[in-house]
Amino acid sequence: MSELVAAEDVLLFVNAAVTATGQREFRSSAAEQRFSLAFLHEYVRVNYRPVYAAALALDVNDHNAALVIEHLLRTPKEAEEGEGRLIAARLALLPPQRVYRLFGALRAARVNNRRTRAIVRAWLAARPDPALDAVKYRSGLKTALRHVHARPADAETGDFLFAPGRRTRYENATLDAHRRAHYEQNALYELPFTVAEGFAAKHGVPRAVFLERIAPRMTRLERLRADRAADLSVMPLTRLALYVLALPFGERVARRAELTDALRAAARRAAGPYAGSWGRVAAVLDDSFSSSGSAVKRRRPLAVALGCHFLLEALAAPGAYAPLWTSGRDDPLLVHPYGPTPLGLRVLDALETGPERLVVVSDGWDNAPPGLAGEVLRVWRTRLDPERHTSVVHLNPVYDAEGFDVRRLAPSVPTAGIRDAEDLAALVEIAQFAEGRTGFAELRAYLDRRVELFLEGAEG
Amino acid sequence: MTRIDLTGLDVRPAQVWGGVRLVPLVRDEPVPGLRLRREVYEGWGGASVELGDRTSYTSYVPHGFVADWTGAGAESAVYGSRLGGEAVPGCVPLRRIHRMAGRRRGKDGRAERRLRFLPLHLALEGYLALHFGGPSVVWDDWSREALRRGLSPRAEAAYAGWAVPGLAEALRVFELHPGQCGLLLYVADAPAAAFVVPHPDDYRLLHPTLVEDLYGELVHQYAHYGAPVPEFTARIRDAAGGIRDLADLRAAAREQERSWATAHDGLMARDLLETPYSFERVHRMDGFGLYRFLPPFERGGREQHIGEVITDRKGRAAYLKTFRLSENQIRKGYLLNRLADCDWHLGRTAEALGTSYAELVRRVRGAGLGGLLDAHVVARRLREDREG
Repeated sequence: MSELVAAEDVLLFVNAAVTATGQREFRSSAAEQRFSLAFLHEYVRVNYRPVYAAALALDVNDHNAALVIEHLLRTPKEAEEGEGRLIAARLALLPPQRVYRLFGALRAARVNNRRTRAIVRAWLAARPDPALDAVKYRSGLKTALRHVHARPADAETGDFLFAPGRRTRYENATLDAHRRAHYEQNALYELPFTVAEGFAAKHGVPRAVFLERIAPRMTRLERLRADRAADLSVMPLTRLALYVLALPFGERVARRAELTDALRAAARRAAGPYAGSWGRVAAVLDDSFSSSGSAVKRRRPLAVALGCHFLLEALAAPGAYAPLWTSGRDDPLLVHPYGPTPLGLRVLDALETGPERLVVVSDGWDNAPPGLAGEVLRVWRTRLDPERHTSVVHLNPVYDAEGFDVRRLAPSVPTAGIRDAEDLAALVEIAQFAEGRTGFAELRAYLDRRVELFLEGAEG
Repeated sequence: MTRIDLTGLDVRPAQVWGGVRLVPLVRDEPVPGLRLRREVYEGWGGASVELGDRTSYTSYVPHGFVADWTGAGAESAVYGSRLGGEAVPGCVPLRRIHRMAGRRRGKDGRAERRLRFLPLHLALEGYLALHFGGPSVVWDDWSREALRRGLSPRAEAAYAGWAVPGLAEALRVFELHPGQCGLLLYVADAPAAAFVVPHPDDYRLLHPTLVEDLYGELVHQYAHYGAPVPEFTARIRDAAGGIRDLADLRAAAREQERSWATAHDGLMARDLLETPYSFERVHRMDGFGLYRFLPPFERGGREQHIGEVITDRKGRAAYLKTFRLSENQIRKGYLLNRLADCDWHLGRTAEALGTSYAELVRRVRGAGLGGLLDAHVVARRLREDREG
């Protein structure tokens, strides 16, 4: 019994850590999300410490990865073998601004044990361009260096950070550009976008001119944000789906072929070796009003559903894929969040196509009528398909702050949280543990395997 | 016409958020020839309405509705139009509106086929004007002030929708059904308001106005103290082996929807739909009629709504908006009706109610109408009663 509870707790935490970002959702505020998440982190850290650390090897999102690392470093006395390697490997994957924010949080919490110092130093030493960091993340880097009593990478960077008036010029091009940018307009185009923006405002450079000249220095996402021009061939699937959903209907229709091809290509990349291996697949995809997300996660649930649509199309055998949107519309490119969520009837429609796999992508608020999807799936499992010819899985992109988990359709249906459609295959694998038929030992074995793979990938 | 007729509107499954239950009403096809629009008033919403007979009605009026029966759907002309002139500087910005309902006039002064009215206030004014003239016979129990000025100034308090806990959030997360033309609002499973419009597009635009409407004290209290209400989740009975294939399962699922609709109409909305109301026609417009209605003010726990309704030729509701009265307001209406029935004679009214003079005085005072009584005369009567 306790084993089952433990397995459930762990899966619940994984679901939360994959989906929750501490931001406002359609049905709960940011404060509720954070409060709920904070409790969950503490609960799992205290009760299942090794599993808590192992979560870093799974596809948990960056927000939760940073939280896990912070929690682990704050409690050095309970530390277990191998945690340090996991933390270091995950830190290397996180975007630098998040890591600097995490170091700032550690300083604010006065966490300064030996392990923390070693990890921070190792991460700083591995940064490819310390001068760029010194310019772009100036206060973050300063805080981190001060906190762990580390030496700056070289004397110049040290002077730049801690004694800015000491040198009249720098050997390093980036540092010198930053110095010159104070009085020379041309120098600011050698700086990273975020830093240059401030100098451009100071010099009164017109925005259009600035954007045009700084373009080569922008990162991929900055370019996407600034002029909405995107290289569709390299975008990951979910981001591409978000991009498509942000376009007005007219443009979506005009660029139909281009957008569809890009989505299909991204889906094929994400499917990789599994493409075409899933047999007959039916999907119930939620495009109800609640899939509009919130102001900070605009249309995220709908984008995940759209991404899953194209990914499942790639995973299914050719021509054996049946998508069913809850609204009844059938043009995936023109979906928009509107209407109620009649999941039950759509699940019935999907089962009628006789699929081998049924995937439901929804936030789990089945409301027309409420709870029908759960009942249909229960009766289907107990009366009509007890031999399990059809495997059913529910993927949920929204963390339910009140339930400390993603919302389920029925106890018998395995549910997994999902943030990026690309992770679908791995999540379906985890969701199998949620059927309540596999014990904690198997789950631990699975996690150990994932941790090994993760560390091999990071260190090898 | 004595009842509200919601023929043509189908009930869809309710959506629950905390203590608020929202029941969508769906039309198969919109009512032909009538559209409703909203016109937003600037400022904080304070408005004073001249009623024509030298009385005025002052309230929080955030917007008015325009009923358009041109049939042409001349949307652009009306959308976003404003009422009234510029605000007078240096004083409380109180908008002056002429009449509760007024035919719109075009630039050339001709009456258009459009009617502007103030939603909910039309009904509230009807309630406030109930026996507004005061005692009709000069009995000396009533004060001179009451005889001269009637019930004036007559006031009632209500809560705006955003002050009702949880209501704004419930309306925000509500998922509109395709073809939805109305909503029944329950707070702690007590009917709080009904809202029906002729066309789904109108409803989409007017749905957010529900949070600016007025709600009675009862609704506010229920929302404040009530616990979250449970959802009526679907249950499929499969134990008897009645379900052998997918078609059976689909039939059982359909049955769930039907049973909810009948349960709702028979159980939850019964008092609203089956109470006989007294209707008063405010305006007639080519086949449609704008009415406001008052309940019978019965005692004994049955809910009582006031409201206004636009009906088509067959008497079906094309537009409906209701306001639920609190117990106190029902009691007040009941008492005023009884007093008027007995020509405001306290002794006879007490007899008709089967109670004593002292008890009736207590009830009049309890209903907030104590100011109408002449304290000296009443005190003398009470003393005589006690001594005699």
